[in-house]
Amino acid sequence: MNPATNPAMNTVRRGLGNGLVQAFLVVIGLVWLTPLAGLFVSSMRSAQDTAKGGWWTALASPGQLSFDNYSALLKNAGMTQAFWNTVLISVPTTALVVGIAALAGYAFAWLDFPGREPIFLLVVALLVVPVQIGLLPVAKLFGQLGLFGTIPGVVLFHVAYGLPFAVFLLRNYFAEIPKEMLEAARMDGGSEWRIFTRLVLPVGRPAIASLAIFQFLWVWNDMLVALLFADSSSQPLTVELQSQIRQFGSNIDVLAPGAFLSLIVPVVVFFAFQRHFVQGVMAGSVK
Amino acid sequence: MTATTLVDKAAGPSAAPGAARKRRTRRRGRIIALLFVLPALVLLGALVVYPVLFSVGRSFFDASGNRFVGGDNYTEMFRDPATLKAIRNTAIWVVVAPALLTGLGLILAVLVEKVRWATAFKLLLFMPMAVSFLAAGIIFRLAYDEDPDKGVLNAAVVSVHDAFQGTSSYPTARARDGQGLTRGQDGSYLTGAGLSPGDSADLGLVGVLPKDLPRGAASAYPAASRTAAPDELRGVVYLDFTPGGGGKQGKVDPKESGLPGMKVEAIRDGRSIASATTASDGSFRFTGLDNGTYTLKLPASNFAPPYQGVSWLGPALVTPAIIGAYLWIWTGFAMVLIGAGLAALPRDTLEAARMDGANEWQIFRRITVPLLAPVLTVVFVTLVINVMKVFDLVYIIAPGPVQEDATVLATQMWLVSFGGGNNQGLGSALGVLLLLLVIPAMVFNVRRFRRSQR
Repeated sequence: MNPATNPAMNTVRRGLGNGLVQAFLVVIGLVWLTPLAGLFVSSMRSAQDTAKGGWWTALASPGQLSFDNYSALLKNAGMTQAFWNTVLISVPTTALVVGIAALAGYAFAWLDFPGREPIFLLVVALLVVPVQIGLLPVAKLFGQLGLFGTIPGVVLFHVAYGLPFAVFLLRNYFAEIPKEMLEAARMDGGSEWRIFTRLVLPVGRPAIASLAIFQFLWVWNDMLVALLFADSSSQPLTVELQSQIRQFGSNIDVLAPGAFLSLIVPVVVFFAFQRHFVQGVMAGSVK
Repeated sequence: MTATTLVDKAAGPSAAPGAARKRRTRRRGRIIALLFVLPALVLLGALVVYPVLFSVGRSFFDASGNRFVGGDNYTEMFRDPATLKAIRNTAIWVVVAPALLTGLGLILAVLVEKVRWATAFKLLLFMPMAVSFLAAGIIFRLAYDEDPDKGVLNAAVVSVHDAFQGTSSYPTARARDGQGLTRGQDGSYLTGAGLSPGDSADLGLVGVLPKDLPRGAASAYPAASRTAAPDELRGVVYLDFTPGGGGKQGKVDPKESGLPGMKVEAIRDGRSIASATTASDGSFRFTGLDNGTYTLKLPASNFAPPYQGVSWLGPALVTPAIIGAYLWIWTGFAMVLIGAGLAALPRDTLEAARMDGANEWQIFRRITVPLLAPVLTVVFVTLVINVMKVFDLVYIIAPGPVQEDATVLATQMWLVSFGGGNNQGLGSALGVLLLLLVIPAMVFNVRRFRRSQR
């Protein structure tokens, strides 16, 4: 009998195939989870236990695990300062990028001014400009302006390099707003500012949310920009942690909880705003 | 618009003041529009456009910035071994990482649709996208640690290796000179004198710390006094050391421990006749032996140093290891994007193929992949752009001494400009090279946008 035409046989085979697929995906899932679990368990072990054996040995003796490293971290002035710096850098950057890009996006979509098309094409071209090329010239510029080594300097740099994508995304989203809606608002005598705040921003909320989440994570997770533009009093968590990488082996009890602290915020944001997050990252990946 | 027309009509034949007002409102509108775009344009101009132009100019000057050197920095780039290494490594990244990611993403996207917990799986794999490269770097520095007692990857490799190859329990053990055992060239130990069935032999070793004895090792003393049957060759392998002092060299004393798990071979005429492994008290025996003279051998495998796994972060493997960490971060992205493309495929085509008796592989190969080609291209191009700029992961994962083996364009540009190199001419040239490499992507974006506007 031809097996393809035998439904019972087909079911058996599909069941078997499905079992293999499930097993394969479970293995992949475990492989993905293990490094993260390793970090988390390591972050809760003392330096002595870490020196004695791998983190997996702690699974057999959970007595090793404690939050001591975390309380030590919270007492570490450098770390807490760095954590606040991270907040002070990423929140204003996000607000500024969203605000400035929304204004520009609306103008590029609906207002008339000379050079609108070519300027917007330039913005599209700037999408992929690597951050690296800006480091040196902007460092010189900030040095002259007294912004080098300050939080506003880091913020400004991030805002500038976040703008092309933000303007691109919002302009395209705003362009989809029905023309009749805007014209009706204009006929009612609304000023452009009023139309922008009362109509465009509310309608554009989904795109703005995705952009805000993407931008927030981008800046929260940045190391390179802050490595150059921040000094020891304005550096974020990523830079503070990387400065301890050199003595990696002996610093695991500081690095592991620090890394966990720095990743828990984005991961919570990720699970809280899954849909917006995925859309934001998908759209932003062209950068 | 309508309002203005009405006003114009009401104004009658004298259209001039109306036109003037129209012009005025138009100018006002333009000024408002410019106010809307101005903040963005100022920032982009000062911090993005100007730096690009500045870097291009700076790249034609020497380290001090005072002397024009033409294209020297660009030729230097391909002559200096460090930057050349960076260019090579970036090429490896660009060739390997996007292809692996697209392939893995495609396979997982197809497979995950077949299970009920697809959403949970996608969330798990996508989550690393939320994690910073720094945190991922620390995670993988831990996982790749060379010491199998610290790095989970080497712990796994070593346990798999030992499961197949066996472990040697006594890397430090050796025999005392002149106590009956001689060392072979390969590191094994042989008894000198010929032994015959009915004999027993006590093989004493030293150099094992009492704390390193396997758990369950028992005293060798009782077994050492047993006598062998006529067709039997027996004995003990023991640690010739009495804890706390006392005891006689070359003799099994009451407190001395056996060495369990030691391989022993019986050799006659240069050929291995039988082999045994010692019990917990170190005893071994060979039964049913023919008459003749035998030599006992402790093969070298007993004393081999333990397998230490793979040096992931050594010069040879560091780049593949970092690419592995990169896969951990980006696979979810490729999978979700390809999955979205998969969901948009025409169901009828797939169903029709199934009805015609095509199997899953044929459907995948002949229908799914060709239809997905545009999505796969977008994923691939996106990954290429991102891979070219990889910085943090390399900077964090590669240990100091291996940094120069792992270096890529972005890290090299950093090192040359700020990290001690202090050659901002060459650094600018590297930045410009990075920009040139992404220009195809720039053209691609602009073209795609213009097409979408028509």
